[in-house]
Amino acid sequence: MPDSGGQAAAGSGLTPPSALVKISGVLISLTLTFLGLTAITFVISRVMPVDPVLAIVGDRASNEVYQQVYLQLGLDKPIYVQYLRYLGQLAEGDLGTSIMTTQPVIEDIKRFFPATLELATVATLLGIFIGVPMGVLAAVHQGRWPDHVVRVVALLGYSAPIFWLGLVALLIFYAKLGWVAGPGRLDVYYDGIIDPVTGILLIDAALVRDWDIFRNALAHLILPASILGTFALAYIARMTRSFMLDQLSQEYILTARVKGIPESQVIWRHAFRNVLVQLITIIGLTYASLLEGSVLTETVFSWPGIGQYITNSLFNNDMNAVLGGTIVVGACFVGINMLSDLLYRLVDPRIR
Amino acid sequence: MAGDRSLRGWLLAEIPRSKWQARSQRFYIGWLEFRRNPIAMIGLAIILGLIFVAAFAPWITTSDGLEPELANRLQAPSAEHWFGTDQLGRDIFDRIIWGSRITLYIVGLVTVIVVPIGLVIGTIAGYLGGLVDSVLMRLTDIFLAFPRLILAMAFVAVLGPGLENAVLAIALTTWSPFARIARAEALTIRNSEFILAAQVQGVSTVGILTRHVTPLCASSVIVRLTLDMAGIILTAAGLGFLGLGAQPPTPEWGAMISLGRQYLIDQWWVPTVPGIAILVVSLGFNLLGDGLRDVFDPKSGG
Repeated sequence: MPDSGGQAAAGSGLTPPSALVKISGVLISLTLTFLGLTAITFVISRVMPVDPVLAIVGDRASNEVYQQVYLQLGLDKPIYVQYLRYLGQLAEGDLGTSIMTTQPVIEDIKRFFPATLELATVATLLGIFIGVPMGVLAAVHQGRWPDHVVRVVALLGYSAPIFWLGLVALLIFYAKLGWVAGPGRLDVYYDGIIDPVTGILLIDAALVRDWDIFRNALAHLILPASILGTFALAYIARMTRSFMLDQLSQEYILTARVKGIPESQVIWRHAFRNVLVQLITIIGLTYASLLEGSVLTETVFSWPGIGQYITNSLFNNDMNAVLGGTIVVGACFVGINMLSDLLYRLVDPRIR
Repeated sequence: MAGDRSLRGWLLAEIPRSKWQARSQRFYIGWLEFRRNPIAMIGLAIILGLIFVAAFAPWITTSDGLEPELANRLQAPSAEHWFGTDQLGRDIFDRIIWGSRITLYIVGLVTVIVVPIGLVIGTIAGYLGGLVDSVLMRLTDIFLAFPRLILAMAFVAVLGPGLENAVLAIALTTWSPFARIARAEALTIRNSEFILAAQVQGVSTVGILTRHVTPLCASSVIVRLTLDMAGIILTAAGLGFLGLGAQPPTPEWGAMISLGRQYLIDQWWVPTVPGIAILVVSLGFNLLGDGLRDVFDPKSGG
């Protein structure tokens, strides 16, 4: 559980910190972490072996042109001025131009990001809808076979290399059984038929009521989402089990049982309701790590998302694209983590 | 049972006679508890097996796993080639065995980098407290919140692809939990009497940190390291798979999967077998870590 920002909130002694203090604590953490992230990408962009001026003017430029661009980029200024300038550019959404696509990096990212968002969101949803009931089941039957099955599945889920799992799944469900569509987001003959509104194909297809495309997109999505969701499932199931066990051993559960409340109500109305708050954080963490972790899944399934964009740019020495992608994914990761932390702080009565 | 002079008696004596005996006893009692946990024992067996095949690789294999033998390309698994051969006719079994050395190398290298950094930063922060603590812990929190794989990719982009660079990039995002552990331990004993005694005796701050604070962190660090190892191995393999980690012809398991990818449909064993090796080893570390945690820190079991 991320407890960054804890020090800021814990400082107020005996009186419990107000919501405002907690929010500002998280916001300070968020800002600092984001500054740290940009500092790292900034340093990377400075120490990289490619001369940023040469990358713009080319080898044949005259000395005057070189000097001019050198000054334009502010490379003569002290390093902290350069960093502030860099932050200013980031704030304006200027991530530089990609060498590979000759487009502004931010435009590229707008194009590729929805694919990743779609994949990670569906994967997280799969993880929640399968993982939570599995965790509850395991906790209720602690020490018996459902518990063992869930523990083994969870253990395998976060021990397996996800890219390998993807390959095996492609081999079985696509090549051998033919149950799902292959790599990519759509079959070739469906490509470019509908206008991207949100960029998320399932939503775009549903908006224009083109159910053929919807079905095709779903057939392409289901396998990579399941594979990416394996990790989410394993993690969520394990944590749900652990939280539920914690709750089920509390005295209020015993009281409820003694009062004669049916067991299913004890489990879902009493114990599970208290677990929900903790689950928010876990789900947030999972979602953030799936956004990042989709890089490998995208490579296996030729999924045109931001992970593939970063990887391809990396091999083409397209540093603006790599760093731009890193910042966007990193910012989402940090942001979602902090948001779930904040939600947890605001919702949990014990902390409140 | 004072008269019991056997090793077991020495290990279970109620009053240890020396520091060495006391330490051995703690270790032995932990081991007795650990032994009762079959799942943890499986994990231990897997890791010992990994170390064994890595150590005895020259005697287990029949080839160096690097020399192409094109006449034998893409052979299916058989009595001669247990796991078949790859696109260059190299025996996959032999390559897996040699690859175990690389896995251990990754594990060792990350440990050597990450643990000292974490311990130094954590103990200093916890012991000195105040402004130093705040600054160092903010830094730790920042690194804790970073996305590991993406950042590792960005680092590799600057440093260039390669196994060492991949490990270095992983290490940069892995040290922070160890700093937190070390800080927590340092905080709990900072005001204890034996530290005061050491201070009065004139032991320097560095001496206190290295001789008194650091040893107390050992068990938590070992548990956390073992649990983190699976993730580290998976990230390293992932970087290898993307072509950013170990480079061919190195028999790194992730890179082997990447090279075997195009033979997935017709020669399934080429990319799938190395994946099983990764799965088994990362499973081993997870099982072992769970078991160790139950022994050292029974309360936090989940």
